[in-house]
Amino acid sequence: MTCPDLSEPATSSSTPADARDVMTEGDISRALRRIGHEILERNKGSEGLVLLGIPSRGVPLARRLAACIEDVEGAEIPVGELDITLHRDDLRRHPVRTAHRSRIPAAGIDDKVVVLVDDVLYSGRTIRAALDALSELGRPRAVRLAVLVDRGHRELPIRADHVGKNLPTSRDERVHVRVAELDGIDVVRISGGEGR
Amino acid sequence: MSKHLISSADLSRAEVEDILETAASMHDLQRREVKKVPTLRGRTIINFFFEDSTRTRSSFEIAGKWMSADTINLSAKGSSTSKGESLRDTAMTVDAMAVDALVIRHNASGACHQVAQWVRCSVINAGDGTHEHPTQALLDAYTLRTRLGDLDGKHIVIVGDLTHSRVFRSNVITLKTLGARVTVVAPPTLMPSGIGAWSAADGFSTSWDLDAVLGGDDPVDAVMMLRVQRERMSGGYFPTAREYTVGYGLTRDRLDRLVARNADVLVLHPGPMNRGLEIAPEAADAPQSVVLDQVSAGVAVRMAVLYHLLAGDDAPATTATTEGVVR
Repeated sequence: MTCPDLSEPATSSSTPADARDVMTEGDISRALRRIGHEILERNKGSEGLVLLGIPSRGVPLARRLAACIEDVEGAEIPVGELDITLHRDDLRRHPVRTAHRSRIPAAGIDDKVVVLVDDVLYSGRTIRAALDALSELGRPRAVRLAVLVDRGHRELPIRADHVGKNLPTSRDERVHVRVAELDGIDVVRISGGEGR
Repeated sequence: MSKHLISSADLSRAEVEDILETAASMHDLQRREVKKVPTLRGRTIINFFFEDSTRTRSSFEIAGKWMSADTINLSAKGSSTSKGESLRDTAMTVDAMAVDALVIRHNASGACHQVAQWVRCSVINAGDGTHEHPTQALLDAYTLRTRLGDLDGKHIVIVGDLTHSRVFRSNVITLKTLGARVTVVAPPTLMPSGIGAWSAADGFSTSWDLDAVLGGDDPVDAVMMLRVQRERMSGGYFPTAREYTVGYGLTRDRLDRLVARNADVLVLHPGPMNRGLEIAPEAADAPQSVVLDQVSAGVAVRMAVLYHLLAGDDAPATTATTEGVVR
């Protein structure tokens, strides 16, 4: 018995022909800068902040967000990545995914304000898994969530603290986030659905 | 990945690399305060050991427990096997309890392959006779890669009783899958018959002369010493233990010469070691020795193997999978 090829995540690297752009490079960078300011405002400075990106596209977004914050505050913000594969609740529904290493800043996350960073917030299940993964690494003082796109359709009581763009979608649409670090281009596109 | 892990040859290069990548994340878990993830919650794994074992059995048990699976250990002594139950009946009895995986060590080569034909659950070979020991080869590859990086083109020398070694067989397959070059060294009496046919493949060679290989033109990146299996040494394979050590042991003198040529050379041994026979204590405890790294990698690699066999939708007893949009 062989298992089929690993299914591509929602943010695959090929874009269907009917895709339309909803965020340009400029939009993305403005949204990240605004989120950076919001995080600082909410936290009353950069004291104790740790940004953790959720692979794959949350990681470069977290790095950029940290750079935005560093621009404003001048202080260095620890950035890490949090692999959630082992905590997913849909493992049995897919062929096996390879688990990757999490990279947590050396100072750890105990008593820090952890900001989780992801590209798209959809069902909320990824974030639930991330919260579980986080609780095994330590006990942050607070956990907040920053996402580039919130497309709705939550299946769990989870909401984002900082949102780049609220994007009302239907379930049969797909949201593709591209980031320059991984895809060579910064753009958010929507495809599928009842062509609007 | 297929449902069972019987032979190292079951794994493609991509699959080996996936397992080793996952093992790295499992290894991080080992250094944490809370060593537990919920990944295999509700799965049951039976470790059935018909032969003695310390590290393989305990590492499979720990691996299952750290991933929240229920693990149960059975041994031939103390099970119905000692009352004369056949392997087939024992395997089918255990399978009927709806377990998810059977980890088997058996003294007969091919036992795991045979059991896999009889049961519905996944079967993992934890060593069958003189055939294979695939998880050992994976953990050796993991240990080597941690120190040497990509194994493409690296030169690994395996020394010892090749005839009776399942570790050697699985290692040659996995190392070649990863692109390493392997030289195997053994006294003529312990060189498997028919190994000449293997040598045809590129990057693989055999020798009877350890000093010639270690001092040869081809620099050595790692030496793997195999255990002299005293329990299988009744056939007069070499005159005395002393003579074996002189010809094929990693003595202090040989280690010194190796280190003089390459200070970063690695010394591996699958354990348990016969100190003073195939490996001198100075070599076993040298900074170049990664014997304990191998043990520590054992748990991480076995977690990765269990994860790749059991976590996905290819797992047993999920014939009626719910298709549909999940994300």
